[in-house]
Amino acid sequence: MSTTPEFREHRYVLNMGPQHPSTHGVLRVILEMEGEYVMDPQPVLGYGHRMHEKMAESRSWPGFLPNAARMDYLASLIYNHGYVGVVERLAGIEATPRAEYIRVITSELNRLQSHLLWLGVLVLDLGAFTPIMYTFEDREKILDILEDVTGSRLTYCYMRVGGVVRDIDDKFIERTREYIKWQRSRMPMYDKLVTGNIIFRKRVEGIGEFTPDLARRYGLTGPVLRGTGVAYDIRRAEPYSVYPDFDFEIPTETGGDCLAAYLVRVREIEQSLRILEQALDRLPEGPFLAKVPKKIKLPAGDATYAVESPRGELVYHLTADGSEVPYRMKIRVPSFSNLSILPEVCRGMLLSDLCACMGSLDLVIPEIDR
Amino acid sequence: MTDSFLPPELLRILFAAICAIVVVFGNALVMGYLERKFAGRFQRRPGPMEVGWQGLLQLAVDGVKLVGKQLVIPRQADKVLYRIAPIVSFAPAVLPLLVIPFSPKLQGRDFDIGLIFILAVVAINVLAILIAGWGSNNKYSLLGAMRSVAQNVAYEIPMLLTLLSVILVTNTFSLKGIVAAQEGLWFILVMPVAFLIFFVATVAETNRAPFDLPEAESELTAGFMTEFSGMGFSLFFMAEYTYMFIACSLTVILFLGGWHGPPLPYAEYTSALWFFLKVYFLLIVMIWIRWTFPRVRFDQLLNFCWKYLVPFSLVHLLVTAVVLKI
Amino acid sequence: MKDYFAQIFTGGKSLLVGMMITLREFFRPVVTVQYPRERLPISPNYRGHTILVRDEEKPEKHRCISCKMCERECPSGCIGLQGEKREGVKGLVLVRYRLDFTKCSLCGTCVEVCPTDALDYSNEYRHVGFRREDFHYDLLAMVEEQK
Repeated sequence: MSTTPEFREHRYVLNMGPQHPSTHGVLRVILEMEGEYVMDPQPVLGYGHRMHEKMAESRSWPGFLPNAARMDYLASLIYNHGYVGVVERLAGIEATPRAEYIRVITSELNRLQSHLLWLGVLVLDLGAFTPIMYTFEDREKILDILEDVTGSRLTYCYMRVGGVVRDIDDKFIERTREYIKWQRSRMPMYDKLVTGNIIFRKRVEGIGEFTPDLARRYGLTGPVLRGTGVAYDIRRAEPYSVYPDFDFEIPTETGGDCLAAYLVRVREIEQSLRILEQALDRLPEGPFLAKVPKKIKLPAGDATYAVESPRGELVYHLTADGSEVPYRMKIRVPSFSNLSILPEVCRGMLLSDLCACMGSLDLVIPEIDR
Repeated sequence: MTDSFLPPELLRILFAAICAIVVVFGNALVMGYLERKFAGRFQRRPGPMEVGWQGLLQLAVDGVKLVGKQLVIPRQADKVLYRIAPIVSFAPAVLPLLVIPFSPKLQGRDFDIGLIFILAVVAINVLAILIAGWGSNNKYSLLGAMRSVAQNVAYEIPMLLTLLSVILVTNTFSLKGIVAAQEGLWFILVMPVAFLIFFVATVAETNRAPFDLPEAESELTAGFMTEFSGMGFSLFFMAEYTYMFIACSLTVILFLGGWHGPPLPYAEYTSALWFFLKVYFLLIVMIWIRWTFPRVRFDQLLNFCWKYLVPFSLVHLLVTAVVLKI
Repeated sequence: MKDYFAQIFTGGKSLLVGMMITLREFFRPVVTVQYPRERLPISPNYRGHTILVRDEEKPEKHRCISCKMCERECPSGCIGLQGEKREGVKGLVLVRYRLDFTKCSLCGTCVEVCPTDALDYSNEYRHVGFRREDFHYDLLAMVEEQK
């Protein structure tokens, strides 16, 4: 919380959250205002703190798997992926090729549904109620597909060390292909309804601009960083799983404002669809779970595994001392760093712009608090 | 009638007042239902379906619920202002209905200055919102109230300027006279630009999306209504729909030919049907707009008014005056 | 000046295009269902709370051998089971299998570690109750009820 020493008579403090429609969860932002202008926004974190890192250190490593899904409920599978990735890297286990492909397919579906939800929510923050319903229609299709293979709709616990729980079948492949076609046919509609809309353009163009340098200093990653022109994506920068096999672009924009982040994400939807198509075409045969010993002891040492979540770089760092229980687990979540730039870029902007800015950062609060 | 102890004119006004109140409540019910049903369909949902056939009775049930709710008065609120704000908002909403000509005969009273009367009465709503925002003693409410005042003051200007264009043609402030002047040719065909400016200004005046800044739920939770509950809230709610009705009625009277339409039997009364059809068409357009667009920002709202609407309406007024002189 | 009018034109057009889209969606069929009255079919692979499955060969019996693997492996500690020794029966007999569903995180570890495949997921997704104890499921009673 800010401790402004000098008392300014014309300023007042507006408490936004923890219950507020556009803080998406239990984020609290203390705003020092001058009229409608936000002079000093200070985010207050921790309302959803569940000490996930500590939980990882107090139970044997397989027990943390369901927790991974609950940090970022919009990218559960990608969090799954990162966690099994770090354990595999430390224990020296390799997943089967088919399992890696299934992981990529489900991760990309997960990314798509996260981006679709964000698209609706950003526009909802700007005051349009209808687009979110259309994106939910698309999102439901993904959830139905994922439910059929993982058994859940939101907090998946699908990946295991060495592979995945359940194999995908022809029905899954067919449904995913149908979905890809459907999503492609929907994008022009969003272009016209949202991207082209003059009110929307005016609300996001030039709002919350920052430079790549500032983004680097605050550790910003993900679409927000790519919006400043830096083509940094873990899937390319530090390739993991079978991502090097696929041909896809890292979309970048140069504006660095809300509109740039928006355009990057919308273009990423198309790239994810491309990855999905290629992965489905090249899906290798074979077992979906490698032969692994029933009990895996983590060898002493540490390992780091980074994945690209829809919000940016997600890093698991695992230190083990030779027992089944990890010694230390550090999780670097993208939303936390992305939120940290808020006081810097939102100083002196209107309250409405602050909402647009937070919407374009695509914050998931449980991930920040974790 | 002569032996009645009430003079007939007074009786007539009394009867009209009762009718006006009925129209207010009926309109709130119909509009509440239409809004939710249309919003649902725009979003691929069915809307209310549970109470009555296709959810027709939903609004009645909601009304009963709101009446039965406790009126919570925040401890820090200004008790008097907080109490009277909904009433100040609602009471003037009934008055304009007395002068609106629904059909040649269905009109409470034809004033020579009917138009000015409506504008004057409707302007009281701004005061009510300001009272509500101040009385609630909530920063969000106050922000909403401040926005409302700035917005209404700004949008009054293009609205009045376009009105003047119409008045230049009709030479009367009487609503009946204005409608009568459109016999055969509606003013929307003569001055479509004025119609557009006026309609946009009315959307802003009634605080409807995309100009719903005083409420702006994603920014100000519920704006000036944040602290209101129960009947206090529902009075604001009904007032909002009534102002929308009045605004659309004015648009119909000024530009869409009022009660004029294909002839009907007993046209002196039944032509009110055309009037209501036109008004509800405009109201549905307003609903349609609300469920399509994002909200504009506060400074953009004022920019739009001063940079686009005001110059256009000024030029329009000038052109009208010149054309009339020739 | 040219920009001024161009902006009015393009802006107005974009607004009209947006309204046409919502109008088109208006006339398309509804995609939601009235939930408690209508229900969408749920995937057979849906993972609800766990249940004890009955043996295919001996349908009156479940396959649990009370080895307590699931109880040990459960990361949330929501399983409590008890077996006892009985005369004339080989192995342990299950007398109680309690699942505290308020704590369960549906990870599926118990189903995977079970040596006899005695556990499976139910398709139940509508859990309603007024008390915490309503979600303390007795899986043994459930499997016996099914008979």
